[in-house]
Amino acid sequence: MSHSDRETVLEARDFVKNYGEVKAVRGVSFSVQKGEIFGLIGPDGGGKTSLMRSLVSLLKIDGGELYFKGQAVSGNPDYVRRNIGYMPQRFSLYQDMSVAENLRFFADLFNVDRDLAETRIEELYGFSGLKPFASRKAGALSGGMKQKLALSCMLVHSPDVVVLDEPTFGVDPVSRSEFWQILGKLKEEGTSILVSTAYMDEADLCDRVGLMFNGRILIVDEPSALPERYPGKLYSVRTDEPHLVHDALEESGLCGECNLFGEGVHLTLADGTAESRIGDLLRENNLAFESFEAIESGIEDLFLRLMKGDGDER
Amino acid sequence: MSVEVQGLTKNFGDFAAVDHVSFSVEKGEIFGFLGANGAGKTTTIRMLCGLLEPSEGTGTVAGFDINRQYSKIKHRIGYMSQKFSLYNDLTAWENIEFYGGIYGLKDKEIQERSRELFAIIGLEELKNKLTSSIPMGWKQRLALCASLLHDPEIIFLDEPTSGVDPLSRRNFWKLIYQLSDMGKTVFVTTHYMDEAEYCHRLSIMKQGRIIEMDNPRSLKEKYQVKTMQDVFLASVRGEAK
Repeated sequence: MSHSDRETVLEARDFVKNYGEVKAVRGVSFSVQKGEIFGLIGPDGGGKTSLMRSLVSLLKIDGGELYFKGQAVSGNPDYVRRNIGYMPQRFSLYQDMSVAENLRFFADLFNVDRDLAETRIEELYGFSGLKPFASRKAGALSGGMKQKLALSCMLVHSPDVVVLDEPTFGVDPVSRSEFWQILGKLKEEGTSILVSTAYMDEADLCDRVGLMFNGRILIVDEPSALPERYPGKLYSVRTDEPHLVHDALEESGLCGECNLFGEGVHLTLADGTAESRIGDLLRENNLAFESFEAIESGIEDLFLRLMKGDGDER
Repeated sequence: MSVEVQGLTKNFGDFAAVDHVSFSVEKGEIFGFLGANGAGKTTTIRMLCGLLEPSEGTGTVAGFDINRQYSKIKHRIGYMSQKFSLYNDLTAWENIEFYGGIYGLKDKEIQERSRELFAIIGLEELKNKLTSSIPMGWKQRLALCASLLHDPEIIFLDEPTSGVDPLSRRNFWKLIYQLSDMGKTVFVTTHYMDEAEYCHRLSIMKQGRIIEMDNPRSLKEKYQVKTMQDVFLASVRGEAK
């Protein structure tokens, strides 16, 4: 489906956010379409949180404008706050209240009718699997369950647009995958989701992603389209000695990019380097390797490539 | 052996947070410690560091008995975590002086050790900067530097690279390899499964027990999968082939 015939629910146009001298967001434009999961992917300090907090009207805008369902965020903070769901980065629930108490508390806060709230809370238990823990204190939940509760609290007033700031931070891979399954179900219900993460592998779970680094969005696209956006041809050396192979390749000057990856090294060839030189070099240095072959780039390859040249101004 | 434990157990009331785990880690080894949240990783590490008394089990860390010589252990290990509290309103160098003081080093020792470490870690230029103004990736290195001041044999790194950009993460792993080459034992927890691949050997904990322990390649062969992410998911869900 083309994005032009869909409704835009969140939008940033040349958005700027500064903290004194520190330029947290340096002119960012993108939009989130109705019913999609849009991922802001990037490391801490890249501006994700500043962007999200501004989108939900919690921070003053220093340049450009942000829009929620076509209305400027700066002029309509009450409208935004009533209708958007926002899950902040760190656990923000009442640790000494039970799961059920937290949910009811947030329902009251958003003026949800009591009966309606009970129905909604049951629905949310269905999503989260938290019902057996309804009377457990929030502080005694595991990390993964806390995140599910925070998400549920934010959904209790049934917003159809939600902004989630690193909901899977510090959560183990199993709980992360469960959390993403919940997001998938929300999307099926028609909820539009803007979610940030520092885990690059979560990009594939989004409909579209923006890679954010150093206050800028470096690229926006569908995850499946990202490999084609990699400039140049990427190779992989598989080896049991990744760091020795990496150091040898880096010192050789044969490579453009040369990065450690799980099972070896990913690289591009420097201008004028023949493919065969890589294998030759490793053999000359008595470095064992399993394979050397061209590969499709992953999101982390692309990120490493794009962030170069944008890391100097900090 | 740098670390050796048998039947290590920690009960909190009826709950066995760590349930009879046994393993050993060799000098210079990079040992990855994986597991779901609440699987018992942190409790295990706290016992190894001498911060928590085991309910059962025996073991040694850096040659000292974990049940009796825990205060000696503390002098022979370094510890760094994502939550490591560098003081933001001190400069990089002041943080180093502060932690050196805590470890009981003399001023001259701090000077010598930190000169060495700053050279390895590449912190020299940042010495007089306020810690709050130092980019995340460098803060992590500074925290590592502080944990190495007293020249420990074993370093415990608790999710050292969470939230750090891909380039800084790689630079940090280069340092870990350097430390290992210098003969330091590195005990590391991470939620990044691609980093798990960099470890010499891995253990995976579930509900207080170690359910897998081997090198990354053997684990992937065992589960017939391509990545450690898949090994982790399959093992924790109990899908051994």
